[in-house]
Amino acid sequence: MGTLKLLQGNEACAEGALYAGCTFFAGYPITPSTEVAEYLARRLPLIGGAFLQMEDEIAAMAAVIGGSLAGAKTLTATSGPGFSLKQENLGFGMLCEVPCVIVDVMRGGPSTGVPTGPSQSDIMQCKWGTHGDHPVICLTPAYVQEIFSETVRAFNLAEKYRTPVIIAFDEIVGHMREKIEIPDKGVIPIENRRRPTCPPSEYMPFDETKGDVPPVADFFSGYRQHITGLNHASDGFPVNASPRIHTDEQRLIRKVEGNRKDIIKYETVMLDDAEVAVFAYGVSGRSGKNAVELAREAGIKAGLFRPLTIWPFPEEEVAALASRVKAIIVPELSLGQIVYEVERCAKGRCPVEGIFRVDGDPITPEQILAKIKEVK
Amino acid sequence: MSFNYDQYIRGGKLPHIWCPGCTYGIVFKSLLRAVDTLKIPKDDIALVSGIGCASRLPGYIDWNTLHTTHGRALPFATGLKMARPDKKVMVVSGDGDATAIGGNHFIHACRRNIDITVIVLNNFIYGMTGGQHSPTTPIGHFATTMPYGNVDPNFNIPDLAKGAGASWVGRGTAYHVPALDKLIIEAMNHKGLSVLEIINACPTTHGRRNKFKSPTDMLLWMKDTALPITAFDKLPPEKTAGKFPTGVLFKKEAPEFCETYFALAERLKKQKEKGA
Ligand SMILES: Cc1ncc(C[n+]2csc(CCOP(=O)(O)OP(=O)(O)O)c2C)c(N)n1
Ligand code: SF4
Repeated sequence: MGTLKLLQGNEACAEGALYAGCTFFAGYPITPSTEVAEYLARRLPLIGGAFLQMEDEIAAMAAVIGGSLAGAKTLTATSGPGFSLKQENLGFGMLCEVPCVIVDVMRGGPSTGVPTGPSQSDIMQCKWGTHGDHPVICLTPAYVQEIFSETVRAFNLAEKYRTPVIIAFDEIVGHMREKIEIPDKGVIPIENRRRPTCPPSEYMPFDETKGDVPPVADFFSGYRQHITGLNHASDGFPVNASPRIHTDEQRLIRKVEGNRKDIIKYETVMLDDAEVAVFAYGVSGRSGKNAVELAREAGIKAGLFRPLTIWPFPEEEVAALASRVKAIIVPELSLGQIVYEVERCAKGRCPVEGIFRVDGDPITPEQILAKIKEVK
Repeated sequence: MSFNYDQYIRGGKLPHIWCPGCTYGIVFKSLLRAVDTLKIPKDDIALVSGIGCASRLPGYIDWNTLHTTHGRALPFATGLKMARPDKKVMVVSGDGDATAIGGNHFIHACRRNIDITVIVLNNFIYGMTGGQHSPTTPIGHFATTMPYGNVDPNFNIPDLAKGAGASWVGRGTAYHVPALDKLIIEAMNHKGLSVLEIINACPTTHGRRNKFKSPTDMLLWMKDTALPITAFDKLPPEKTAGKFPTGVLFKKEAPEFCETYFALAERLKKQKEKGA
């Protein structure tokens, strides 16, 4: 039996990070994510870890990359405006294959938007926010317990695939308090990045012959290396126009897309015999669950598909779903973002209907139920 | 015996990208001599840079090196340093990199007084992008984005660093090389945030547009315009007009950030152990 706690989502995220072995946080205060920083400001010094409140989110993203290059497991947390600021350095982390975790507690936008209201409108930014082609892993927990466990998973995936991992949840789940169980140490396995075993003179930080995820050496560990945000060769040094750029960028994408089975995670509720499916994540997934239960009570065969990994997108699963249901309903706290991804994968096999809301309140189960009745 | 630079230069990485007549190569060699004097093991030092011609310097040195995003070297370096406070961390930056796009990080690193040595190669221009004006381009000088002469006021980098809280501030030039070696050594020996501005010349994008006939003219300008701070301070203002002081311009004792932070962490740990 682990430890039972009554925690807010943001605090559970901080606990998850500590469980995963995070010893380094850098951030900049922003509602509704600030509690992640405040919690770690109290906890990290006690274990000799580093806590930094930087001068802005650009600096915070840079610092977590620096910390990770020196071998630490690092975290930053932010919301919309701050997430926008992090994008350039996030891309640096992706190209230079630096494990780290970025939390985006989504609030209304664009611009300052609704700082205290929930939103799911950063979800395409999670995928396409930084420029250039790049690999993205993004997790979308919906419950406080899940924020804890998905934060641990985010660190594990970052270490395993040597890449930044984003956790995106909305203000409601971030601020909601629920009872959670923090498992004893060792119950959830912890991944650590593969480090080189070759002599330092042979080490190359991006040696694709060692697999799609080459071993990573810490700065100051005797493996001297050069890391640059320019496209680089296996040895880390810049290359200009070269076929190598094409194959290396393909490798970066492949290390995520090629491991979909390991990375993609979702929950289904009464989906096996469903005629109408609800596709929803985060707080909308909670309403979705409630809605399909209400629909079943009313004799309608409805089911829920709730992704915990939104990027890479569960393409095959959605395609299969679209072949066997009458319609897919996509409730989201935006004016329509992830719905187009569902539509893309459904490829016209069934209608895809969105329910959109950006007034600062969540989509209610009743709203979803009404739509289920409409399309059934 | 002449100095063996090869022991610090990465095999196969030369020639460098710098133009003929660029003074960055002079600084590069000075830095290697300074480090040799300090006997810092190669594995125990990291050199971090942003983007620009100056920022390409780390790629040539056989240390742990990190070439980041434009203006952001300092927060990356701060991350390295906080994760490994026992190691030496250094930053090399251009005037635009450090004081325009990176200005916010620059002042905050100074304020924090974290133990990082910052070398700002001030060539008064954006070299890499082809000669746009920077926060240090002299008034009246021509730049591609100041085609009628610069009207955008300047930063004085040492003043900026001192005002922001850096605990060691100096200025050298690419002309006064023996003095530069000593300044780099002193900056690196200092505990806390040290800022060393090094006056450089970009003949390609600055000199050519501003009546410097050759790179040599630009070095001679440094020779004529720099005054050691000891002499500078003794002269009346009319005698120092148009000149700039060089040497160690400022230093003070101040708590270093990593030391303060980890001492606190240690105290809290002891308290917790006692309480338990
Ligand atoms: C975010 C961003 N904005 C702009 C640029 C383009 N850029 C590259 S180098 C540079 C200026 C470099 O000037 P400076 O820092 O003075 O260094 P120098 O090249 O003169 O050594 C600029 C504007 C960039 N790389 N990234
Ligand atoms: S453009 Fe200027 S700063 Fe850049 S390498 Fe050439 S001379 Fe040096």
